[in-house]
Amino acid sequence: MDVKADKVLDCSGLMCPMPVVKTKKAIKELEVGQVLEMVSTDSGSIPDMQAWARQTQHELLYAEKEDDGKFKFLIKKTH
Amino acid sequence: MSNANGDRPQRLALIASRGTLDWAYPPFILASAAASMDWEVTIFFTFYGLPLLKKDFDAAVSPLGNPAMPMKMPFGPKGFQNINWNIPNLLMGNLPGFENVATTLMKKTFEKNGVATIEELREACIDLDVKMIGCQMTMDVFGFTKDEFIEEAEIGGAATFLQFAADSDVNLFI
Repeated sequence: MDVKADKVLDCSGLMCPMPVVKTKKAIKELEVGQVLEMVSTDSGSIPDMQAWARQTQHELLYAEKEDDGKFKFLIKKTH
Repeated sequence: MSNANGDRPQRLALIASRGTLDWAYPPFILASAAASMDWEVTIFFTFYGLPLLKKDFDAAVSPLGNPAMPMKMPFGPKGFQNINWNIPNLLMGNLPGFENVATTLMKKTFEKNGVATIEELREACIDLDVKMIGCQMTMDVFGFTKDEFIEEAEIGGAATFLQFAADSDVNLFI
């Protein structure tokens, strides 16, 4: 996906609920319109981040498993 | 996210009634996840859940009388780690220090798998403004004082909790 992230958060090795907790904290530090890239290895990450984005109403631009086996997310801060 | 009426954030009300290591996880996991989703969260710590508010918190877990608990080794080859050590209650109950061993094994297994500690999750809850209420009655009965608890803890009774619970979208007893 051709979006430049303003900040990268690596949650590799962390299990539920820490990726969501750390994402919330990282998003708080961004400006509206900026994009956060989050990388995780928690196998429940994709449905969890989808639910998180629906609840917080930030925009989940990308949520996929990458070739290296990690999950990558791009989240745009909307408010 | 707002509730169905759209006039306020979603709310989660939890009762934490157990203080063993395994049962300490669910309230802190759910509370930190919900607060990360912009929900307002209150946890009421009562009976054996009350020590989870202590500054120097040290929960243990016992496989005694808990047959669903997997007893696995956190080290060695994968095949060895996957073995479930089925140890009879009679043996566990009579082996000095068995509970300490089981607690250490569970902590090690969690750490190896990247599970946060209870202290880390509680810290995340504090950061996320989760409201934590200690049960006044339990304090009086078991002889706890407020200065034993983390300073973020508030003290209240059933009515204090119910007032928040009445206006919550999700209520859970753990």
